[in-house]
Amino acid sequence: MTVNFLMQNLINALQWGSFYALIALGYSMVYSILMLFNFAHGDIFMVGAYIGLGVSLGLLSLFGSGAAAVLPGWVVLVLTILISMFLTAFVGIIVERVGYRPLREAPRASAAITGLMIGIILETANILFLGGSRLKFPQLIESVTYNIGGVYVTNKKIMIVLVSIGLMLALHQLITRTKWGMAMRAMAYDYVVVPLVGVPMNTIAAMTFAIGSALAAAAGILFGLAYPVLDPYMGVSFGWKAFVAAILGGRGSIMGACIAGFMLGFIEIMTVPAIQIMNRLFSLNIGSNFRDLIAYSIVLLILIFRPHGLFGQAYSAKLRL
Amino acid sequence: MLLNVENLRVSYGNIKALHGISFNIDAGEIVTIIGANGAGKSTTLRAVSRMVPVETGSVMTCMGKDLLKFPADKVVSQLGITHVPEGRRLFGNLTVMENLQLATFARKDRDNVKKDYLRVFEIFPRLEERKSQASGTLSGGEQQMLAIGRAFMSGRRLMLLDEPSMGLSPLLMMNVFQALKEINRQEGTAILLVEQNARLALKFSKKGYVLENGNLVLEGASETLINDPEVKKAYLGG
Repeated sequence: MTVNFLMQNLINALQWGSFYALIALGYSMVYSILMLFNFAHGDIFMVGAYIGLGVSLGLLSLFGSGAAAVLPGWVVLVLTILISMFLTAFVGIIVERVGYRPLREAPRASAAITGLMIGIILETANILFLGGSRLKFPQLIESVTYNIGGVYVTNKKIMIVLVSIGLMLALHQLITRTKWGMAMRAMAYDYVVVPLVGVPMNTIAAMTFAIGSALAAAAGILFGLAYPVLDPYMGVSFGWKAFVAAILGGRGSIMGACIAGFMLGFIEIMTVPAIQIMNRLFSLNIGSNFRDLIAYSIVLLILIFRPHGLFGQAYSAKLRL
Repeated sequence: MLLNVENLRVSYGNIKALHGISFNIDAGEIVTIIGANGAGKSTTLRAVSRMVPVETGSVMTCMGKDLLKFPADKVVSQLGITHVPEGRRLFGNLTVMENLQLATFARKDRDNVKKDYLRVFEIFPRLEERKSQASGTLSGGEQQMLAIGRAFMSGRRLMLLDEPSMGLSPLLMMNVFQALKEINRQEGTAILLVEQNARLALKFSKKGYVLENGNLVLEGASETLINDPEVKKAYLGG
């Protein structure tokens, strides 16, 4: 059990956590302004990944691939991410407009059910149109492995972590420096009053869904690069775990979502070596398929001691004027 | 006529809050609605700012335009009707300056916006001192000033004020009402004031309405109302 081994797992955890953090941001942003969880968000992540697949295949056929490539792979990748984020933003806008806006005044449970139904619709639509078989995500950039003092790092892992952190910093700038971000912060504090100062609440809500969905699309593409097989239910399995990260971070907390996303990645990845160590020390025989059971028991324990999550606040919402 | 309201009816579920009231405000006029707790004063303001749905048959026009065709944010940004709600309802997580900036969200006239910040700071010098402070940390009086300043920034044809005197010391209350008078005089902003402090409201305004259980029971010049024996008995402590 060496430092190298720990470092290796730490890097894997950073990559794994990047996906969680990017998706968790979408849950938290929407919750912070509308006080509802968009339960379709995991499936928007799935749709984003598939849109990324379509866009990248389209770009590859346009600009050629392999030896005949006109554009270098990383350019295609950047274009894929940007175009897919843009397109998936519209999926988010449509989900808000069709699924949530008509239910703004309805009981919260109705809105939650709507999210689940939209999720099912997106999954079924995928199966209907794409046949439901798993699809391979094209590897847009050549994989290069670096050996840094015995720790193996691929260029993809570095890229995934850096792009994720870059997107988080960009989001931070947007929230703290622009009037749109200001409106989002105001809405998070007291959304009922927002129209009273002349701010179009529906526009801000739509924009929040758009940004959250765009981040989920970025997560989907980065996920596709690291684990190049997409399936229609990836949003359910993976998206729900990101939802756990959003709760762990504290409902509606943007920073909490980022930190808890990485933390969840860390807990999940580190559980496996921890199991191995335990097995060796106590001559046990626990399989690594116990990973999620153990990892999520840890999350449960954290929530027992911090029921509002890491950065959540216990506050009573003002729902009317 | 700036605002004309006819047969305004509002219900919360099965509870009728307003039973078809009619009133009007002229440009630059200060009008007050006095009444007991639960008479429907706040509901009246919420109806005008389109924060509560009104029942069919209600008519509201602003300068000839059908107010009911405007959603709440457009009532502010296009008609210039701003609502300073009860309890101020500032964005406590935003700084004083950000609260003012947010109120200009829909405005396109950048040069005027800059002048307007200066105007607000001229009227309320305390706000300039506390510019970069989170508004949640302001005192009650400062919060009321910021709430009025915020309304000033977003539009100023008509200001709807819900209990601006609430929780303020007599001195601060005087300051706030003096500032309102100044805004009214210099900008020609009409004011619809809702107050439990009826004496203060009637002294401040030109025209008054008395609201009882969702019905307007009396209207007239404020100086007439203040001497009306019924009003004296019910709202001015004899």
